[in-house]
Amino acid sequence: MKKNIRIGDILWSVIKYVSLIFFGFWAVIPIVSCVITAFKTDAEYQNTSVMTLPKNFLNFDNFVKAFQQANMGRAFLNSIIVMIVVLIVSVIVGTQLAFVLTRFKFVGNTFIRNLYLFASLLPAVAMQVTVYNIMSSLQLVNHLYGYIIMMCGTDVISIYIFIQFLENIPTSLDESAIIDGASYWKIYWKIILPLLKPAIVTACILKGVGVYNEYYCANLYLMDDDLHTIATSLYTFVGPMGSKYNLICAGVIISFIPALIVFLLFQKQIYSGITNGAVKG
Amino acid sequence: MRQEKGMIAWAKSRKGQQFFTIVGFMIIPLALLLIFTYFPFAEMVKFSFYKMKYTTPVDRRVFVGWQNYLDVFRRKDCFGALKLSIYYMVGAILQLFLALYLATILSFKVKGGNLFKGLMFFPYLINGIAIGFIFKFFYTRGFVFDTVLTWCGFDPANLPYWLKDQAVNNWALVGTSVWRYLGQAMVLFVGAIMSVDAGMYEAAELDGANKFQIFRYIILPSIKTIVTLNVILSITGSLSAFEQPFVITSGANGTGTYFVIMNKIAHTSQKVGLASAMAVVLLLIIFACTILQKLFFKYIFRNADAEDESYAAKKQRKKQEKALVKAAKLEGKKV
Repeated sequence: MKKNIRIGDILWSVIKYVSLIFFGFWAVIPIVSCVITAFKTDAEYQNTSVMTLPKNFLNFDNFVKAFQQANMGRAFLNSIIVMIVVLIVSVIVGTQLAFVLTRFKFVGNTFIRNLYLFASLLPAVAMQVTVYNIMSSLQLVNHLYGYIIMMCGTDVISIYIFIQFLENIPTSLDESAIIDGASYWKIYWKIILPLLKPAIVTACILKGVGVYNEYYCANLYLMDDDLHTIATSLYTFVGPMGSKYNLICAGVIISFIPALIVFLLFQKQIYSGITNGAVKG
Repeated sequence: MRQEKGMIAWAKSRKGQQFFTIVGFMIIPLALLLIFTYFPFAEMVKFSFYKMKYTTPVDRRVFVGWQNYLDVFRRKDCFGALKLSIYYMVGAILQLFLALYLATILSFKVKGGNLFKGLMFFPYLINGIAIGFIFKFFYTRGFVFDTVLTWCGFDPANLPYWLKDQAVNNWALVGTSVWRYLGQAMVLFVGAIMSVDAGMYEAAELDGANKFQIFRYIILPSIKTIVTLNVILSITGSLSAFEQPFVITSGANGTGTYFVIMNKIAHTSQKVGLASAMAVVLLLIIFACTILQKLFFKYIFRNADAEDESYAAKKQRKKQEKALVKAAKLEGKKV
């Protein structure tokens, strides 16, 4: 009996590690192939198999060229501006809305919550068919601020996170502040906002990843070369350079390096952000 | 005069302050919600009855009644494209099982668990266009995928063109989708499994339950909410599959999903009316699916809840037994 269990355990460990290694490989090979290719010179790229290692892992020529050709410095700047403004606005607006919806009883409270619930079901790509029309009639197309306003406006997940979090904070704190004569603004600013810190971190991570990687609307609404974000700057490589994969791979790697750094630094927060953000249902 | 004073007094009162806070805090988010979600939604329904381009002035749009809707069902490229959702649904189900399996492994002590978790999760953080390039490169004839398969002993001459051959190209795209989201789903499940009371595993192991039994009777019941949510999301997600075909093949060679085609009709052919009708049709399907699934799961879990209760009772009993065993051991030591 005891022996049986042991054999089962050993077998299970073997299966466990084989699956992990298999899926680890599976996840990593597309990226590794990209890294290998990015370090190859043009001649090397044309004459060797894609999975042959490059002669020189310090050959950064492709990275420099890709960075310049796709104007990625400018693109990074744009992405950072968009991200900072969108995050600040959606945190302020979202926490205020959640504060009002969870702390006050008024006619239409449930109705407004349902409006957001329904909005979360609408697929973004489908909505852009007509949002495009509105953006152009409001003269917001081809301006960074227009894109920023739109990105602030289509935010449901963080509002959910804030509402959920606030509902679990007892109201006794605000009540005692009210007795002390504090205004609602003070309660929001001095009590609610600091309490919401973990929820804000979660929302910023989810929203930040989303904004940094957003390309569909950026491509639709920011046509000028100066207005490219990091994701859309990669479109430079479509067309004439479409088969120079050593250059393209370098561009691709540059585009995800910031995400990689953030991931390595904030792994725990990102994982818990993903977990917390999903419980909205 | 008096009335004015009354107003000011009211504004200073609690009630008045409450009113201003509610209005002040909600006006911006609600305005944004209306401008970017509900107004476009109303416009979409309206446009779906017109024949128009984005540039057509308002007075020259032609009202065509249900014509666009009839076209959605008649045109081969529109409604037929929903067939492709089946590929993505299969992929989503596969992804769900794999994610559950890997999450179960990673929730317990494993060497290098964090590394594997990180490796599998990272693809989720790469932007869509980069994914497009990575996989165009990956699937090119004789490139990465073919090389890897050759290592595994496949004959490179027999391998298909992954993105061109209609027998495999949709599976290739589904594969990238799974590659991208598997880690995210896995992390989600790890989080859910970790929140299960660790004492339950100990109790089960003490009872001699094997790994599968632990999964079936402890893990699965405690994470069913999140699994349900995932199933609902994956079905609506498959219906609206867009990103992978859009960035990798641009919908060429029979990979154009419903939304890829809708996107082309709206922004390339500028048939806004038809595209709006397509969007409305799919939205209705998604709503119907969501409601049906919610009802379905409600029906299923109606019985499962009872099962859970008996499980809780069982757990209680196990705890008591465990305590008894401990007590017995202690007594044994004393003796």
